[in-house]
Amino acid sequence: MHAFAVSAVSTALSTALDVAPIVGVLLLFQIAVLRRRLPNLRNMILGFVLVLLGLTLFLIGLEEALFPIGETMARQLTATETIGEASLEDGVDWHDYLLVYFFAAAIGFATTVAEPSLIAVALKAQQVSGGATGAWGLRIAVAIGVAAGVALGCFRIVTGTPLPLYIIAAYLIVIVQTFRSNQTMVPLAYDSGGVTTSTVTVPVVAALGLGLASSVPGRSPLIDGFGLIAFASVFPIMSVLAYAMAASWVRRRRIPNQPEEA
Amino acid sequence: MKRFLAAVLERTAAALRDLGPIIVVIAFFQIVVLRQPFPDFGSVAVGLVCVIAGLILFTEGLESGLFPLGEAIAQAFARKGSLTALLAFAFCLGFGTTVAEPALIAVAAEAAEVAAEAGAIAADAEARADYAFELRMVVALSVGSALVLGVIRILKGWPLHRLIIGGYVLVSAMTAFAPAEIIGVAYDSGGVTTSTITVPLVTALGVGLASSIRGRNPLIDGFGLIAFASLTPMIFVLAYGMVV
Repeated sequence: MHAFAVSAVSTALSTALDVAPIVGVLLLFQIAVLRRRLPNLRNMILGFVLVLLGLTLFLIGLEEALFPIGETMARQLTATETIGEASLEDGVDWHDYLLVYFFAAAIGFATTVAEPSLIAVALKAQQVSGGATGAWGLRIAVAIGVAAGVALGCFRIVTGTPLPLYIIAAYLIVIVQTFRSNQTMVPLAYDSGGVTTSTVTVPVVAALGLGLASSVPGRSPLIDGFGLIAFASVFPIMSVLAYAMAASWVRRRRIPNQPEEA
Repeated sequence: MKRFLAAVLERTAAALRDLGPIIVVIAFFQIVVLRQPFPDFGSVAVGLVCVIAGLILFTEGLESGLFPLGEAIAQAFARKGSLTALLAFAFCLGFGTTVAEPALIAVAAEAAEVAAEAGAIAADAEARADYAFELRMVVALSVGSALVLGVIRILKGWPLHRLIIGGYVLVSAMTAFAPAEIIGVAYDSGGVTTSTITVPLVTALGVGLASSIRGRNPLIDGFGLIAFASLTPMIFVLAYGMVV
């Protein structure tokens, strides 16, 4: 119980520190520049406090319940004993690590679904689009993107292939998709790349990358451990654009009077 | 009272749905794959209750506090009509929220070790601390500039995809000339800069700006600030790697 209290207080303090600059900037501009009182100020302050309180509780719970297991698991799964000494004797082969890719995809998907900043952007998108873009559908699309990205990122660490090749290829696909999909979804898709990697996903994914890079023979955790976050931020753009393309295709099919695809 | 209870129940159900996948994945790998008992069930249960309560409060606070706040600020700036003040605000918000970001501090420290190992900087602790500090400043500057650029784009109504694709081309070209040890750090730095409080606030700011300017579509013009904030750090960090 004592350890729990200590971790709770330290999480609360670090959240407060994290928010201090935002509050500082807001106050500075409110007092020095805007001067006029914002409407419903009291409600907004209350809401801000709720967000802080909620985020702190959320992080304390994660520290207590999920991060320790998730991180231990990432280490155990990438350990040589799990992979099997025998299969590593004949050199590193990418399919020795199938279980790791599977875990990477599953945990990437699961942590993204629970990511609070993604919940926020999806909610906003649903409001702004008047319900046309469903929050849940968007989040699933992003989570699938993160799952694919993290799994491929693990494959890259195992094979030791250069990071820029993958990322630049991903950019090319994103560019092609951009011109082929509904323009109203493009900004949302680009934004979803940046929001996926925060409080829940980064610690677990970073532990996975570090564990993998230190256990695969010939990889250095310092040099090859980086890059998973980059995968997790590019792939959701692709999957959201794909989701947008699929959604508009389905919509076209549903309207009987419109000609079928040319 | 009844309505309040219904709302709480609904949010609890949503929080459970959000957390379901993590619980399933961890339980599956723990029990089926690694064949280990679930450690310390009591503390896990307490933690889960905290997580669920936290998510409920967070989403409630988003809708009653953070979203309206972001939009109210955007409208206040639009009424005020001072472009300099708005851009200064955008820069301070981006710089201020990034410079203290814990994820960034961790990545910068690791990056300094990589650089020391590769011989790009001296191997002593002071050189590493300097490098990590400079890297954080570079990333914070880049996020500040990203929000400034993003706000200008919303005001002018420039199409987002041209700017972002231009950014991709720049990143790809710079990758060819940047030292190898900075590339992984640079690519990752784009993802770690956007924290959970910043994202809703910045999103609401963008949407608020786009809806207070006539002729702007909040969906097309309002989103995109986060996209800039995750692209410019890559460009700035690659440039820093080339200079140092």
